[in-house]
Amino acid sequence: MRSQHLKATLLITAAAFAVGAQAQQDSTTAGIEAYREALQDGNPADLYVDSGAEIWKKKAGPKDASLEKCDLGLGPGKVKGAYAQLPRYFKDTNKVQDLESRLLTCMEKLQGVDTAPIIKAGFNSPQKADLVALSAYVSSESKGMKVKVSLAHPKEKQMYDLGRRLFYYEAGQYDFACATCHGQEGKRIRLQDLPYIPSAEGAAKGWTTWPAYRVSSGQMWSMQWRINDCFRQQRFPEPIYASDVTIAISSFMAGNSNGAVMQTPGIKR
Amino acid sequence: MTFNKKTTVALSLVAAMTAAGTALAAPPALPKDGSWGPGAGNATFDAMMQSGFQTRGIANVERLKQDPTQELCSNPVTAYSEKNAKLREQLQAANEATIKYPADGKLMGDWKNGEKIAQSGKGLTWSDKAGEANGGNCYNCHQITKKELSYGTIGPSLYNYGKLRGNSEEIVKYTWGKIYNAKATNLCSLMPRAGAMGVLTEAQIRDLVALLLDPESPVNQ
Repeated sequence: MRSQHLKATLLITAAAFAVGAQAQQDSTTAGIEAYREALQDGNPADLYVDSGAEIWKKKAGPKDASLEKCDLGLGPGKVKGAYAQLPRYFKDTNKVQDLESRLLTCMEKLQGVDTAPIIKAGFNSPQKADLVALSAYVSSESKGMKVKVSLAHPKEKQMYDLGRRLFYYEAGQYDFACATCHGQEGKRIRLQDLPYIPSAEGAAKGWTTWPAYRVSSGQMWSMQWRINDCFRQQRFPEPIYASDVTIAISSFMAGNSNGAVMQTPGIKR
Repeated sequence: MTFNKKTTVALSLVAAMTAAGTALAAPPALPKDGSWGPGAGNATFDAMMQSGFQTRGIANVERLKQDPTQELCSNPVTAYSEKNAKLREQLQAANEATIKYPADGKLMGDWKNGEKIAQSGKGLTWSDKAGEANGGNCYNCHQITKKELSYGTIGPSLYNYGKLRGNSEEIVKYTWGKIYNAKATNLCSLMPRAGAMGVLTEAQIRDLVALLLDPESPVNQ
C-alpha cells in the first residue's frame, strides 16, 4: 500500500517535470549522461596503453636504449603509481616536472635523443605520437590509486603558486583567464559542464581523467595536449610543450586533487 | 543502552569519519594579503610567462600584455578590496569612455543576422585565420532564444530580454554599451569587451542589439 502511494507520488513528480521546454532540456542532459556512461565500456585508450608499454621497452635513439630505467620519481623503472605523484621535484634536473617533461629528460639521458624537434612538433605529428602513447601507458599504471602530489619542496610549492597565479591571469582580446570558465561552481559552456578547478572535487574531475580518448575527434590526448587546447580557446598564444607554464598549471590542478582516485586513461565525448 | 561521555565521543568520531569519507582535503588557501606566495612574485611569474608561450598564427605573444583592467581583475583577493576602490572607479570610467556609438545613430540591425553571430564561436584562436569574421560566442554563456537548447550558464539568461525591458532609446543605448564594453558597467565582468577590443564590428553589434530588442526576434516571443 505504502509503496503504491510512493510510486504514484513519483509518477506525479515525473509528470510535473515533463512539462514544456524544461523537459526537453532535461532529456538533452540525460541523453548526454547516458552517452558518456556507455562510453566507459571498452575505452579505445587501451590500444594506446598497449602501444605505450611497447615503446617503453623498445630500444631507440643514438644510445640504442629503452626507457625501462627511466626514473619517474619512484626510482628507475618504477612505473606503478608514479603518475599519481606527478608533477614532482627531481634532484637530477633540479626542476619540478610533469610526466611528459620527465619523459623528455629520460629520452635525452637514456637514449641520447635530441628532444628539440619533438617539443616543436604539433600534437598530431608522429614525433608526438610516442609521448601520447607513453602518457596513456604510464597513467594507466596509476589507475585506481590516489593522487599524492607533494607540495613540500620549496620548488613544488613555487610551481603550485605560479600555476594558481596563471589560472587567474586575464589577457587577450577576450579578457579570458582559466578562471573565466573554471572559476565558479556549477557552470557550463553550451552543454559542457565546467569543473571548478580551485576546489578539490573540481580539480579532480579534470586531473584524474586525463590523458583521455576523445570520441568526437577519435584521438588520444595527453594532459599537455588538453592544456594546449585550453589556451587556444582562451585566445592565448601557444604554450610551449613541457614549458614551466604547462607544468605550473598541472601542479595547481594536481595539488588541488590530492586524495582523489586516478581514473586514467579516461574517455571523453 | 545509556550513553556515557566516552560513547558519545566515540560515536561523534565515527560520524565525523563517515562524513569525511568521500570529501577531499581543501586545497591550500590564497594568501589574504593578495600576494601569490613567496616563489611566485612578479619577476618569476613574468619570466615563466615569457619563456613559456610562443606566437602561433594570429595568436601573438603580445596578447599576454595586460591592460590595467585585466591586471586588477586577475587577482581575486585584491580586485574587490577596499584599497582599490578608487582605482576601480577610474578604470570603470576609462572603459566607459571606450564606447563608440555609430555615426548614423542606427543601433538596431537585423535580428536574423544577430542569431547567426550569437551562434558562432569562431574567432581569434591560433587556428582561425586573420581577416575572417569573428563570432559573438553568445550561446557559449547565455540562454538567448527558447529554441536553442545548447546554451551555457556563465552569463544570465537573455530570453525575453526585450520583452522585459522594452526598447526605449535608453534601453537600446544601454544594450549597445553592454555588448561594446561590458566592463563599463561591471569592471570585472567575465564578458568580453566585444566592441572595445575589436572582436565584433559595429554592424555585428547592431544585429546583436536587434536579436535582444526587436519585438519580432524569437528572444521576445
